[in-house]
Amino acid sequence: MPGELRRRTPEELLRQVQAEESAAGKGYLKIFLGYASGVGKSFRMFDEARRRRERGQDIVVGAVQPRLPPPIEALLSNLEVVPMRNGIEIDVDALIRRHPTVCVIDGLAYNNPPGARKPARWLDVQELLAAGIKVIGSINIQYIAELREQVESVTAKHVTETVPVSFIKSADEIEIVDAPPEAPIEHSQEQMADRVMREQRLARLRELALVLAADVVDHQLEDYLERHGIQHRLGTQERVLVCITPRANAREMIETGRTIADRFHGELIVAYVSQPGISPADQAALQEKLGMARAAGATVEMLDGEDPVDTILDYARDRGITQLFIGHSQRSGVWARLWGNPVEKLIRRSQGMDVRIFPQ
Amino acid sequence: MTEERRGRLKIYMGYAAGVGKTYEMLEEVRELKTRGVDAVIGYFEPHGRKDTIAKTEGLEIIPRKNVAYRGSVFEEMDTDAILVRRPRVCAVDEFPHTNVPGSARGKRWEDVEALLEAGIDVLTTMNIQHLESLSDQVWHIAGIRVRETIPDWVVHRADEVVMVDVTPRALLHRLERGAVYAPEKAQSAMENFFRESTLAALRELALRETAHEVVHRMPADAAARCDGAAEGPTGSRTRHKILVLVTAAPETAMLIRRAKRVGDFTGAECFAVAVQPSGDLASLPETERDAIEQQLNFARNLHIETRILGGEDVAPTLVEFARRNQVTQIFLVRPRREHPRLPWSTRDLVQSIVNLAKDMQVVIVSEREPVKPL
Repeated sequence: MPGELRRRTPEELLRQVQAEESAAGKGYLKIFLGYASGVGKSFRMFDEARRRRERGQDIVVGAVQPRLPPPIEALLSNLEVVPMRNGIEIDVDALIRRHPTVCVIDGLAYNNPPGARKPARWLDVQELLAAGIKVIGSINIQYIAELREQVESVTAKHVTETVPVSFIKSADEIEIVDAPPEAPIEHSQEQMADRVMREQRLARLRELALVLAADVVDHQLEDYLERHGIQHRLGTQERVLVCITPRANAREMIETGRTIADRFHGELIVAYVSQPGISPADQAALQEKLGMARAAGATVEMLDGEDPVDTILDYARDRGITQLFIGHSQRSGVWARLWGNPVEKLIRRSQGMDVRIFPQ
Repeated sequence: MTEERRGRLKIYMGYAAGVGKTYEMLEEVRELKTRGVDAVIGYFEPHGRKDTIAKTEGLEIIPRKNVAYRGSVFEEMDTDAILVRRPRVCAVDEFPHTNVPGSARGKRWEDVEALLEAGIDVLTTMNIQHLESLSDQVWHIAGIRVRETIPDWVVHRADEVVMVDVTPRALLHRLERGAVYAPEKAQSAMENFFRESTLAALRELALRETAHEVVHRMPADAAARCDGAAEGPTGSRTRHKILVLVTAAPETAMLIRRAKRVGDFTGAECFAVAVQPSGDLASLPETERDAIEQQLNFARNLHIETRILGGEDVAPTLVEFARRNQVTQIFLVRPRREHPRLPWSTRDLVQSIVNLAKDMQVVIVSEREPVKPL
């Protein structure tokens, strides 16, 4: 049952200890994420720096972007700035010597010039964090390495400066700046079609940014629950588990699962519970279905257990599954002979998740 | 000629009190004013927050209207006065608010609807937990049943939904400094609703929902591209239809919400039906009749078409109707184990429907229990 505390295994205790240690050992990273330039990430970040300074925090600015709009200039005039080397590289040594409580780094995705100690700014930031300095930084969704293909297909621009998503996910806090970008200089000659294209592009980037922020929050939430030894899932993300058998109508099940997982920005898992004495023909059919699952981008799991229903439900509870897909075919065959009507049993015991039964 | 046009609606979406929705909305009003747009404040809830109150300085606020109810006087938004004043843009705080009985309209979102119809653009604020279809998930996360909800279609019709984001930690700091609530109220709020994990979960919900609202508003060809990506390898695109079985069981509301949400996200149409031997509810005992009527009403409020089918036997009647109407998915409530007396019939019913409807998908929806506080 969700929320119920059960005894923790040694592995889980170990994970908790590790989570606590990693939380204690490093500096603190907060990221302002935007989906386009001009949405006001930097302003929001420097405004927070101002508030922190007013509250008496020891805060310095370690990086600013080349061109600054007047409102940001105004905020900066009241903040201590540690100048960058060559105007582009963070002066890590100077910052570590100065050792403020908090350091503000605008534009996390910049590359350093050739000959610098580290090739990219985010690597310098890791050094600051390791030195126990809190960092507040800003980044645009377009500069996240793993999203580059998606972003490039939307913007048709090639990006060379990127930050891995793992760095973003390692942040202790992330804040999304979801304001509409400043209206571009009035292009009176801009064609209607071009405008629609531009708005469409921005909408895609916004979607990507919101979902990334949600994923980071999800990650932090799991971390938080782990640190506090809490064994439940809060289940804000839809997680679909498709249970297949050699004779299931896997195509419809996997397609539906894919659609639902995509539309809800959720996760798709396809699982098979090992059955005794499976024929070579069934084995081949099963392999084909698992291949189909992998092609659909699902995580594939092979489960082992006495009772297939228990095995599935235990796994589903552990993974925080919200929707369980099974086929009608599971009503007959080995399962039914051994365990009675498994569909009925599943429905009876699927408390807390939805069960979707597919036609044969 | 501008009279003909419907006003634009923009929603500032948050996940808790104090994230800064009102502040951002007022900021936009100020900016519109500096650009020379005739923007006013139609309703504003100060909550004693200094920063927010300061934002209203120099802005025109339409005075509230006094509504007497049971010997007390309540203040509500004066929609008529706004309609007379007829600004270009009007800021209206707390979109999900329920008006005091005796007001012209029951809900603030209905007042907003009147402003939009009069061609006035509206800026408004709400928290994610007030979205009707998320009610059960919010119950699961926070253990709270939110009473003031907004039907999803109202939010879907908005021209723009923007997320007002702040991290839970920053929000908790604001609370500690007394910026959101008065100190004594802040303490109890922090212990309950504002537990960090609850806030994080609500925030995640708000981010995902806003992402969904963005996709929902994409120009048609972009949306088609998304559809293409989600399409199966066969490229088949069958139009999905969802049929929801309405009974007197209290879980039916949850079932309706869930079915509607899945329908909205996957582009499936939704119908809700009750099955009665006589084809109407007249012969039922009053409590049961009221319960079913209430559920059917609820479905209609969510823009779901409803019907009462005549038939002695529920399962074959339902499945027969589903087949005739090319339904692809039947949604049912999961029988509850906790009431061993009631569910025998329900459980049999689910089993018979599952057995009869072998040519379609059957979805058994389960109640979400709240996560127990530690």
